[in-house]
Amino acid sequence: YSFVLFCLCSVPLCLRPMQVFTKTKSEIYLFFNLVCDPADVISTVEFNQTGEFLATGDKGGRVVIFQREPQGEYNVYSTFQSHEPEFDYLKSLEIEEKINKIRWLPPHNPAHFLLSTNDKTVKLWKVSEKDKRAEGYNLRDEEGRLKDLSTITTLQVPVLRPMDLLVEASPRRVFANAHAYHINSISVNSDCETYLSADDLRINLWHLNITDRSFNIVDLKPENMEDLSEVITVAEFHPHHCHLLAFSSSTGTTRLCDMRARALCDQHAKLFEEAVDPSRRSFFSEIVSSVSDVKFSHSGRYLLTRDYLTVKVWDLNMENKPVETYQVHDYLQTKLCSLYESDCIFDKFECTWNGTDSVIMTGAYNNYFRMFDRASLRDVTLEASREVCKRRAVLQPRRVCVGKKRKETDVSVDSLDFRKKILHTAWHPKENIIAIAASNNLYIFQDRLTPNGHHNMPEIQSAPPK
Amino acid sequence: MAGAEGDDSLYPIAVLIDELRNEDVQLRLNSIKKLSTIALALGVERTRTELLPFLTDTIYDEDEVLLALAEQLGSFTVLVGGPEFVHCLLPPLESLATVEETVVRDKAVESLRKISQEHSPVDLEVHFVPLVKRLASGDWFTSRTSACGLFGVCYPRVSIMTHTFESTLITAVMHFRTLCSDDTPMVRRAASSKLGEFAKVLELDYVKSDIIPLFTALASDEQDSVRLLAVEAGVSIAALLPQEDLEDLVMPTLRQAAEDKSWRVRYMVADKFSELQKAVGPEITKNDLVPAFQNLLKDCEAEVRTAAANKVKVFCESLPEDSRETIIMTHILPCVKELVSDTNQHVKSALASVIMGLSTILGKDNTVEHLLPLFLVQLKDEYPEVRLNIISNLDCVNEVIGIRQLSQSLLPAIVELAEDAKWRVRLAIIEYMPLLAGQLGVEFFDEKLNSLCMAWLIDHVYAIREAATCNLMKLVEKFGAEWAQNTIVPKVLGMANDSNYLHRMTTLFCINALSEVCGQEITTKHMLPVVLKMSTDQVANVRFNVARCLQKIGPVLDSSALQAEVKPVLEKLATDQDMDVKYFALEAISGMYLFNLPTYIFSETFSFSSILFFFFSFSLSP
Repeated sequence: YSFVLFCLCSVPLCLRPMQVFTKTKSEIYLFFNLVCDPADVISTVEFNQTGEFLATGDKGGRVVIFQREPQGEYNVYSTFQSHEPEFDYLKSLEIEEKINKIRWLPPHNPAHFLLSTNDKTVKLWKVSEKDKRAEGYNLRDEEGRLKDLSTITTLQVPVLRPMDLLVEASPRRVFANAHAYHINSISVNSDCETYLSADDLRINLWHLNITDRSFNIVDLKPENMEDLSEVITVAEFHPHHCHLLAFSSSTGTTRLCDMRARALCDQHAKLFEEAVDPSRRSFFSEIVSSVSDVKFSHSGRYLLTRDYLTVKVWDLNMENKPVETYQVHDYLQTKLCSLYESDCIFDKFECTWNGTDSVIMTGAYNNYFRMFDRASLRDVTLEASREVCKRRAVLQPRRVCVGKKRKETDVSVDSLDFRKKILHTAWHPKENIIAIAASNNLYIFQDRLTPNGHHNMPEIQSAPPK
Repeated sequence: MAGAEGDDSLYPIAVLIDELRNEDVQLRLNSIKKLSTIALALGVERTRTELLPFLTDTIYDEDEVLLALAEQLGSFTVLVGGPEFVHCLLPPLESLATVEETVVRDKAVESLRKISQEHSPVDLEVHFVPLVKRLASGDWFTSRTSACGLFGVCYPRVSIMTHTFESTLITAVMHFRTLCSDDTPMVRRAASSKLGEFAKVLELDYVKSDIIPLFTALASDEQDSVRLLAVEAGVSIAALLPQEDLEDLVMPTLRQAAEDKSWRVRYMVADKFSELQKAVGPEITKNDLVPAFQNLLKDCEAEVRTAAANKVKVFCESLPEDSRETIIMTHILPCVKELVSDTNQHVKSALASVIMGLSTILGKDNTVEHLLPLFLVQLKDEYPEVRLNIISNLDCVNEVIGIRQLSQSLLPAIVELAEDAKWRVRLAIIEYMPLLAGQLGVEFFDEKLNSLCMAWLIDHVYAIREAATCNLMKLVEKFGAEWAQNTIVPKVLGMANDSNYLHRMTTLFCINALSEVCGQEITTKHMLPVVLKMSTDQVANVRFNVARCLQKIGPVLDSSALQAEVKPVLEKLATDQDMDVKYFALEAISGMYLFNLPTYIFSETFSFSSILFFFFSFSLSP
């Protein structure tokens, strides 16, 4: 019966430099969480390959890395400013510092490497530990005062002594000037030496060691911008096959490209698209069908796509329709008009697989997130908020009802808060640990351990029948 | 090292040592680059016991510092006490061989390879071989990739006399095999790229029994990047094997690579085609490589066709002599014909840069009949680069059939390039002008091309005007001074009266370039009067260029002309209103030693400051 999640830790990510905490305003929001500084809003969440580290990026251009302690909790490991606001003088455009995506590189050596990107520039960061310090100068004493030269009679070679662990983040490479539009995705190839970066119209291929050159592999830009009919929304490499990449577009299609066939991948190998029933077409059909996220399953066989109302699972071998379709918030069908007016309809929800590809998770409004068990077809709605996420408290399923409330705990569609949305989620690659970003809060939930210390099989508590 | 006078001599070294840890990367780098000085001052003993342990742990530094360190350690043998102690250098290099930055690792491996030569066979076995094994079984891919590059150097030198040789070798092969099937593509790539080198140091039997299976496995790796590196290994291995084994052992794999699904692998095959051809010999070339090459020339990916097109000439040249012509005519030429009208400009331009070379191989008749039409098509290609590549290689055709055959088509092509809207294209064609002039002969040149060369002199882009003056000089070198006097000089001098000052300056620049090649007579008689007349030009830029020009042509003139004509003009310019004119006039005067000092001082027209200036430059110049 249980995919019973309890709160592992919830961290308000107001990780400003320490001195800011002394200011009154910051303190207010630290304790009461009333005012949220827009710069603290989390814009991406990503576990590394082992799940030992979790990185978040925010609108203020900061990256915060959490490390899992032996006891199982995640604590802040390193925080650094990845991107700064810039101004493009040629185009007279402001470039936001907001981190759009973070991707970890496979482990190289004791240090950790990750790529982070804002709208224009991708950076490669190295996060390393230092636990030794050189001591002993010839011309100065330990306090840094100059020694009397007459006392120097021998040369001293510095000696390394242990010191408190210091975690440093250093920028290793800056991949700039290759995108005319806003970068929406980055993805590391399974060959571990190349990665792609995708903006609204183009996908570029980079070598991780080369910053001054990239190859354009997909270009959707028409000769005349008035003919523009679609934009690239996400692009991702296949987890095992170095030559396969998938990218999705605002028209609701997802294309699979084979980089072996040609240097330019403008012609796709496969096109995943579901025919829309013409009778159900409306003004909003195209907007809600825009794909906001694409994820290959860990096995590499399936593609998970998220559009505004559904998540779909596609078998790479079947292009004409998805093998599974799950409704995320079907009750919004009738509300599309007001969602359009508030621009909410353009929200880009992400989706994610669990480690064994058996469960799918994606976000929704009102700080709700949804999980779907593929085998049992059960689904659950859970809430991530300060009120319910007491430490070690077990999450209770939520239910949104369209008409009259049937239970005390039911929530009416009309009372959903559309400003509270969960766009970014991540799943630990091996265990049932999930990370949910809600505004400036990061929630980490873990499946409850059975007495013998093993995790339960991920089985979702069924929602009451409708 | 300590002593009574220690302070003074120790100080610079103490500074260097302290700066190994300076905050400023540049200072650390400087200090690392003088590591030998530090080691020398410390002596071999302290270098081994103190400096090297410190360096072993300083792998947290910036890449450039680590790179410099890795390089320094490669030539540190003497500083640690000679070959006897060379193994002390292994720990710091080992830690450098595991850092994440590829260039640093590569440098560390290079240094390790270097110092491996300085190890005695026993040390190699006791210290070096275990290091390679440690790296090969390291936790991180960085150390394992570094290990790949070390197998090739350490095993040949483990003495055959030592009883462990056989077992060492077997473990080496075993380690290498493990690396070839590593989990990470990075290590497999490194193994793939070093496989050929490792094969070279092994005995043939080992190559056949152990290396071939590894090669076959790497060549069918799931990662494109591994497979493409295996192509190069295949070429090296093929060169090692006797002819009779090639067919069974490597050809199936290489054939498969030439038809790989991934264009990057096929590109690699095309790129390495001439090496491959050399390695497999004439028989296999005839039977296997010719069809493979045809396929590469017809490949669906333009990048592959480009690489193959680049190899057309070399491939044809190295075909076995007895059947060369038939193979080219029946197999290669049809593909080449198709490439001439390829849709991709890079393919066409690659072909254009080598196609002319085929004429020497095919001889006059075939060239006229088969190649000439292709040249003519390419000369009319829509992309300037294609046309330029044809024009730049005209000399090959000239030797075989003479250029007359082409000249009718050549001319419109040249004219079009000469008037291209992109100045870089114009610049490129100017650079081929002297070559063309040599090939086409003076008559044709005068008739058709001379006017173009003159037109460039008044181009609106300075780089073109500059190249055009340089071009004139080269033409005069080719055709002689008399030709210059009749054709070029009058036109150049005519521009001195142009209303545009830029054109008037071009006259001066041309004179600068031409005076030497035209000789004293023409310079004195024709050019000098024009230059002197321009000294009264309204535009200061022209006037100071007159001064510079006079300085430039001074050595060509005789002394009487200098004294009688140049001197008064320069003296006048030295009193010019304009600062720059004054400056260059004085510079010219002092540069040419035109006058001896007394005359100069008594000259009334000079101001005090210019005299000072003169003194200054005079005292400096001799």
